[in-house]
Amino acid sequence: MIEVASHVDEVPAVKTIRFDAPMTAAPGQFMMIWVPGVDEFPMSVSYVGDNFGFTYQILGEGTKALAAKKPGDKIGVRGPYGRGFSVRGKRVLMVAGGLGMAPIGPFVEQAIAHKASVDLVIGAKSKGNLLFERRSMDAGATVHIATDDGSKGTKGFASDLAASVMVQKEFDAVYACGPEAMIVKVMGLAFAKGIPVQASLERLMKCGIGICDSCAINGMHVCKDGPVFSEKELKILSELGRAKLDLSGRKVPV
Amino acid sequence: MSHLAVEICGLRLKNPTVLAAGILDETGTSMKAVAAAGAGAIVTKSVGREPRPGHGNPSIVELPFGLINAMGLPNPGINEYAAEVNEAKTSGVPVIGSVFAGTEDELAELALLMQNAGVDAVELNLSCPHAKGYGAEIGSTPELVEAICRKAKRATSVPVFAKLTPNTSDIASLAMAAEKGGADAVVAINTLKAMAISPEARMPILANRFGGLSGAAVRPVGVRCVYEIFEAVRIPIIGVGGISSGNDALEYIMAGATAVQIGTGVWTDGTEVFNKVCREMLRFMERNRFETVKDMVGVAHHGRA
Repeated sequence: MIEVASHVDEVPAVKTIRFDAPMTAAPGQFMMIWVPGVDEFPMSVSYVGDNFGFTYQILGEGTKALAAKKPGDKIGVRGPYGRGFSVRGKRVLMVAGGLGMAPIGPFVEQAIAHKASVDLVIGAKSKGNLLFERRSMDAGATVHIATDDGSKGTKGFASDLAASVMVQKEFDAVYACGPEAMIVKVMGLAFAKGIPVQASLERLMKCGIGICDSCAINGMHVCKDGPVFSEKELKILSELGRAKLDLSGRKVPV
Repeated sequence: MSHLAVEICGLRLKNPTVLAAGILDETGTSMKAVAAAGAGAIVTKSVGREPRPGHGNPSIVELPFGLINAMGLPNPGINEYAAEVNEAKTSGVPVIGSVFAGTEDELAELALLMQNAGVDAVELNLSCPHAKGYGAEIGSTPELVEAICRKAKRATSVPVFAKLTPNTSDIASLAMAAEKGGADAVVAINTLKAMAISPEARMPILANRFGGLSGAAVRPVGVRCVYEIFEAVRIPIIGVGGISSGNDALEYIMAGATAVQIGTGVWTDGTEVFNKVCREMLRFMERNRFETVKDMVGVAHHGRA
């Protein structure tokens, strides 16, 4: 177990916990966070290197209990697991919807450290829900904003804004993390232009280590083969945007 | 020329490595992927009558020498799962359907439903150590094991395998009971009932508190169990527990197993583990002039090859 070093509010119902410890992880990788006596769940790494951390949304009992943890309290951490994003090319477009910005935050910084120019589309409900906007601008990304209510940037979906950015500029690679419908659209845009694309997917995860099959998608596993998948895999994931497994392993619509 | 093909209760396996129940087998496509990676046969997830979400997380504890799991038999129920069996069957390798239930009658009914779903054999899970009222709780006395096997055999026409629990003082008597009840083969061992505690949290790590230990740590126990069972029964034995190399598999085979199952080895080595075990076994057989796997079954009982 590790002591919580800091616990801060990012946007409403979204918080970041950081630790006084290093973790070598690729943005897009995740760890399993244990809140003793409550639950254990996967969380994307949102800060890598020294003082690693993760950013989460308060959704249920488990994250509510997590939100009550104060600096000095201990929580369980195992990982990092899975495959993260990799920087491909010099001009990249990243598209993040909502909490999808959690792994994209550190990836923006990594890509810029690799001398890539980064255009970032952030989509959120409203201007108050834009995660890591300042952080990304400070890192040197060109930030494009879409909000559902039009309170900042373009009114509408991140995927539509991404489409218009892709008309204006040429990119070597496209990256997406966010709601599945957004991912499917962004993926389609990249496929249409023949641009390499990576997307971070989400499925119900139990073991986190590639054995229990609960995060299966077309015989691949989000915890081990993903969460980040590349175009070659994405093209054959026919369940993407359509079917997922529930707790008992029943196939249900996405 | 050495080769790895084995036959067990009429099932022809291109090699003796079988995917163990509960690993990458909630979906047909995952089972197909494991078959494509080299497994000689596939055991499905343990399936019950109704959908079951399983235990909450944490459901896994990683240890340096194995895993403790308490998944809690999550499954979509036999009716929905039939489609996954169908999909798995297209892999071309034999598919063995694992079933669990709380009573003998229900288990026999499930065995039949599993047979109807199209499996080549049924594996009775008499040994899950972490689901209350199921598994080891109904499979730890010889009397119950015999009665369950008898009912399941009467209900079905495909071979019936009984997966036994090592959480008993005498697994050989469970195996004898299975044989007496008509089981066509026994599978040994399931996980060892176990617990891990976090001193800092002052509580067991698993949400279910208790779980089952698997992996390298249990191999010597599994090999001993298979060795004892081999001296007690005539029906074939399928060895399970901590296999991730050719040598590991050979231990079980020489103790008396006709085939082996691999589960936690998928965690340590990925699905490549099946090919790896096969490659290493074949190399051993060629160097030691064993033509078939059958030639090695139980040789440890003679003290020589």
